[in-house]
Amino acid sequence: MPVPYYDFDFMLTDEQKGLRDLVKDFAQSKVYPRCRECEKDAIIPEDLVKEAMDMGLNLVTLPEEYGGLGLDNFTCAVIREQLAKGDAGFASRIFGFGFTPVKLAGTDWQKQIVADSFLNGGIMAFALTESCAGSNAVAMATTAKRDGDDYIINGSKNFITNGDSADFYTVFAVTDKEMGHKGITAFIVPKDTPGFSVGKHEDKMGIRCVHTNSLFFDEMRLSAKYRLGDEGNGFKLAMAILNDSRPATGSSAIGIAQQALDLAIEYSKERVVADKPICRNQAIAFMLADMEIQVQAARQMVWGVCKSADAGIVNRKLVAAAKCFAGDTAMKVTTDAVQIFGGNGYTRDYPVEKLMRDAKIYQIFEGTNQIQRVTVSGMLLK
Amino acid sequence: MNILVCVKQVPDTTQVKIDPVTNTLIREGVPAIVNTYDAFALEAAARLKDKDPDTKIVVMSMGPANAVNALKDCLAIAADRAYLISGREFGGSDTLATSYILSNAVKKIEETEGKFDAIFCGKQAIDGDTAQVGPELAEHLGLPQVTCALEITEADDAHLEVLKEGTDANMLISIGLPCLLTFTKPSFEPRFPSLKRKMMAMRAQIPTIAFSDLPGIDAGKIGLNGSPTRVKRSFVPERKKNGMIISGGTAAENAAKLSELLSDAKVI
Repeated sequence: MPVPYYDFDFMLTDEQKGLRDLVKDFAQSKVYPRCRECEKDAIIPEDLVKEAMDMGLNLVTLPEEYGGLGLDNFTCAVIREQLAKGDAGFASRIFGFGFTPVKLAGTDWQKQIVADSFLNGGIMAFALTESCAGSNAVAMATTAKRDGDDYIINGSKNFITNGDSADFYTVFAVTDKEMGHKGITAFIVPKDTPGFSVGKHEDKMGIRCVHTNSLFFDEMRLSAKYRLGDEGNGFKLAMAILNDSRPATGSSAIGIAQQALDLAIEYSKERVVADKPICRNQAIAFMLADMEIQVQAARQMVWGVCKSADAGIVNRKLVAAAKCFAGDTAMKVTTDAVQIFGGNGYTRDYPVEKLMRDAKIYQIFEGTNQIQRVTVSGMLLK
Repeated sequence: MNILVCVKQVPDTTQVKIDPVTNTLIREGVPAIVNTYDAFALEAAARLKDKDPDTKIVVMSMGPANAVNALKDCLAIAADRAYLISGREFGGSDTLATSYILSNAVKKIEETEGKFDAIFCGKQAIDGDTAQVGPELAEHLGLPQVTCALEITEADDAHLEVLKEGTDANMLISIGLPCLLTFTKPSFEPRFPSLKRKMMAMRAQIPTIAFSDLPGIDAGKIGLNGSPTRVKRSFVPERKKNGMIISGGTAAENAAKLSELLSDAKVI
C-alpha cells in the first residue's frame, strides 16, 4: 500500500528521507507500543527517553557549531511528525521547546550552557502562562526586581510542559508594571536555582507521556547574566519564539492525525459487518477520503510555513493558520477514527480514543485556536 | 581492537511474499535491510567499542551496488569504515565460493586497515539460512571460530570470552585472537543509530573492491562455475490444512465443544 506521507517524497532530499525513516522505525517499533501503556498512568518512559536522547533527537534545533544537528525547520517538521505519530506527548518530552529561545536572544555564554545541557540529553521548557494570564499573557503577575547584579523573581507559572523534566526554563516576568507588555523581561532559569520549585504534574486528558506542571519562584535570586535579551523585550521575544515553534506544534498534530488515519484504514478493511469489510460502505470510505484530504492539506500548510521560515520569512498569518488548521484537523480526524472504530474505538483496548485525547491539546496550547483566528483575522483586516 | 564485521543486504523477510506461480520471492517493493543476525554481530562490536573507544570497526559486504545502503546503515550504527565487494564475476557464487571471495577481500582490506583481531559474522542470512559462510570464511583464513555467540562477556588484548548458545545449555568459551565469531539473537536489541551518525553515513563514499582488485584470487573458484553446489528448484512447501476456530459461545461452552470434537476424532 502506498504510504500517504510518502506522496510528496520528491520534496525531500535522500538525507531527509533517511532521517524520517530512522525516526519512523524508532517511533513505531518502540515509542508507540510503550507509550500506549505508559500514558495510562501518565508515566514518562525514562529508558526510552534516554534512547531518544542517545539518538540525538533533542539536538535537531541545536546549531552545528554547538555540537547539534542544525536542521532546518522543514526537516525538523518531517522528523517531529514521525515521533509524534508514535506518541505526541513523548515527542514533546524529547524536543521540549528546542534551542529557539537562546538562539533568538541568548548571549554566547547562555548559548553554551544550554547547548552543553542539550548534549547531555537535556531540554528547555517555556514558561509564559500563569493562572490569570493565558491567552492574555500581558496580565502576568510574576515579577523580577533588579537587585544589584541580580534579579529577585517572585510568582508562579501554570501548565508548563516539561515542568519537571527540563534543565532550563525560559521564564517571563514583569520588570516594569507601568510599561505593560513592554515591561516584560525573559530569563533562562537553571532547574537547581535556589527559590525555584516545581509543583506536581497535572492529571491531563492527553499527551500524558509528557508532564505539565506549575512552577514557583519564591524570592528566587538570579544573576543578571541569565537575562535573555534586553529588559522589556520579553513579550516580543515570547511572540517570536511562539512563531518559531508553532509549525513544530502543527507537525505533531499531523503525526497524531496520520496515525489515526492509518489505524482507521486498517481497521475498516478488517472489520466485517454484514459479510463485508466496513470500508466497502461508501459512508466509511468517504470518511477516510475526507480524513486523507484534511491531513494532506494540513501537512502542506505546515511544510509551507516551515519552508517560508527557512527562507527567512516569518509570515505570522500563515503560521497561525497552519497551527490552527493542523490542530483542528487532528481533532476532526481522530474523532472520525473513533467513529469508524465504533464501540471498540470508545474503549481503551483500541488505540484511537487515546489519539483523540492527545489531539485536543493542539487546539488549546501554544495559543488557542481562537487566538490563532484573532491573529489571522487581525492581519486580514489591518 | 580491530574488528571486521561481515554483513549481507537481504530483503526484509517479514515483508516478503512468494509468487505462487513462479515460486520465487517477490522482491518488488520489499525494503532491503541488513541481515538481522549481522546486525547482532555489529551490535556486539559496538558494545566492545562502548567499553574501549579505541576499537575500530570495519564492515564489509559482498553484493550488488545498492548493497552500499546496508553498509551505510552499519556506518550509522557504529562502523568506522566500510567496503563493498562487488563485480559480475562474483555473481552466482554458492557459500563456498562466497567465503573464498570474502577471504581474499579480507586480506585486501587488511592492507589498508591493518590485521584484524576478530571477524564477526551473523550466524546465517535470513534469506538463505545456510549458516555456512561464517564457518567457511574461518577455515579459508585458518582462524579459530565460535558459532552462535550470544554476547562477548570479556575482552582483552589476546582473548575474547564468548557466551555461546547451546541446545541444552549455554557455554562460556575463551578464544584466542585472531578469531572469527558468528552471532545469534542476544537478549538485547541492537541500538538505533544517532541522527548525527545517520547523516554522516548517508554522505559517506564507500570504496568498492572489484575482481581486478584481488590479483591472487583463483577465477575457477568463484561465481557460478566455481560453485560446487547448485539450487535445482525452489518451491513453497504444501500448506497444512487450515485449522478450525471455535467461537460464539462462552469459554466453557467452547472448551466443551473442543473436547467433544477431539474426542470424536479419537485424539483424546
